[in-house]
Amino acid sequence: MYDLIGLAAGIAFILALKGLSHPKTARRGNLIGAFGATLATLVVFFYVSPESSLPLNNLGWILGAIAVGLAIGVPAARKVQMTQMPQLVALFNGVGGGAAALVAIVEYLSLGTKASTADVIFTVFTVIVGCVSFSGSIVTFLKLQELMTTRPVIFPAGRFIIAATLIAVIGVGGWVVAALGTTPLLVLAGLSLLFGVLFVLPVGGADVPIVISLLNAFTGLTVAASGYVLDSVLLIIAGTLVGASGTILTRLMAEAMGRSLFGTLFGAFTAKPQESSGASEERPVRSGSSDDVAILLNYARRVVIVPGFGLAVAQAQHTVRELADLMISKGIEVAYGIHPVAGRMPGHMNVLLAEANVPYDQLEEMDEVNPTFSQTDVAIVIGANDVVNPAAETVPGCPIYGMPILKVSNATNIIFLKRSMRPGFAGIENELLYDPKTMLLFGDAKASLTKVVSALKAL
Amino acid sequence: MEPMAILSIFVLAVFVGFEVVSKVSSTLHTPLMSGANAIHGVILVGAIIVADHSRTNLELGLSVTAIVLATINMVGGFVVTDRMLEMFKGKKK
Repeated sequence: MYDLIGLAAGIAFILALKGLSHPKTARRGNLIGAFGATLATLVVFFYVSPESSLPLNNLGWILGAIAVGLAIGVPAARKVQMTQMPQLVALFNGVGGGAAALVAIVEYLSLGTKASTADVIFTVFTVIVGCVSFSGSIVTFLKLQELMTTRPVIFPAGRFIIAATLIAVIGVGGWVVAALGTTPLLVLAGLSLLFGVLFVLPVGGADVPIVISLLNAFTGLTVAASGYVLDSVLLIIAGTLVGASGTILTRLMAEAMGRSLFGTLFGAFTAKPQESSGASEERPVRSGSSDDVAILLNYARRVVIVPGFGLAVAQAQHTVRELADLMISKGIEVAYGIHPVAGRMPGHMNVLLAEANVPYDQLEEMDEVNPTFSQTDVAIVIGANDVVNPAAETVPGCPIYGMPILKVSNATNIIFLKRSMRPGFAGIENELLYDPKTMLLFGDAKASLTKVVSALKAL
Repeated sequence: MEPMAILSIFVLAVFVGFEVVSKVSSTLHTPLMSGANAIHGVILVGAIIVADHSRTNLELGLSVTAIVLATINMVGGFVVTDRMLEMFKGKKK
């Protein structure tokens, strides 16, 4: 009976993933997934396993722990700002990986000598991958939250240290299988946590979403492996689904960013210390006022708005829509050029602009908008940097080299709304800022846009 | 369970997982990742099972921690995905 309901939950997860792949059905898909998960959780209270009697042992502890989890998880998910969404997903993924590792450790302790070799191998796998996912996700969280540097962290003998740690992890894993003991298992957990940190440290800012997706797939596999040890079909199905779809998704994301998955994965082993991109010399830039920008816009026929993370930080999505509406009312053609990875996660800008009710047909994806820049009078870059940085095409070896970019340099005029001259998330100087046809408007994106709107209204 | 049955379930689930997400627009990458993330929160079921098995304080402590973490993963994951997708609604004119 339990397995039958487990199967139903498994089907719900398949339908959930299927629904989430299409814009129209995405929300329903998510709800189906939530339904499946709730069903699976409720049922386990009644049919835990053939040899256990009801009610569950430690029932009070179990219910209390669930209540604590709810009290932490729900408000966190409710209150988080849209700008902080990616790091919250990373964090949720990390705690999931941690939970899987803990489950494997407890099951190992309680099985004792009854564990079969296969059980031990799957336990070792879960502990390693779960711990890597946990500590790796914490590091991505710290990077995205900018509690630590967003640039790749590379130490002199980094790749040897990482390789040595990996070998140690595998070695200790073998030791656990051979010797069966609690101490080796805990050593294994510790080393795996260390490896997770080392694995993610060298990853550059732009690749962080890919790593989150990869760790997500990893966690899925650990859940499947725990399913084997715990003899739960549901966990095997759910974990494998997430592992498989997560792997595909990671590849799709990497493709959207023009990165090779292999390069991202093994960046840790091949990363070389970056040559510092020239001295940060004082070069002349042309900065303008909001009036200058308004005049430029007033005489334009086609304007492309390129939003980036700065727009999200400033919560300027409503103001940018106001500006677009104003321009449209003046007969100017307006489009938004959306880079697939603008912001901190794929689709970030779509979510943000959708929140401000920007009509969907004004959003143009990269392939659609790039050929039109040569007929565009003004490109307004709002808090974006790496996604328009020509270094991706011209400087081999720079961290974003090979990433497709929005070719705003083909527009007649370029306006950059920036807080400062600080380089973008990937930490690379942007030549476009020094281009003679570029005008910079410094300040918070929302404040600047508000001024431009009132200046344009006055014209 | 039979190793062969488990292997079959695993292999079939891999193919289903590949198949369902093979064509997804980049717009939905993040919500899909987040939704998949929430789904692996069902490790909560595993955490409850091991909490039931727990005999020592150490085991119980670890499994209670696992339940807290898994609940955060599962519930938080679905809520945050719903919030993301809520913003997409109304874009169809």
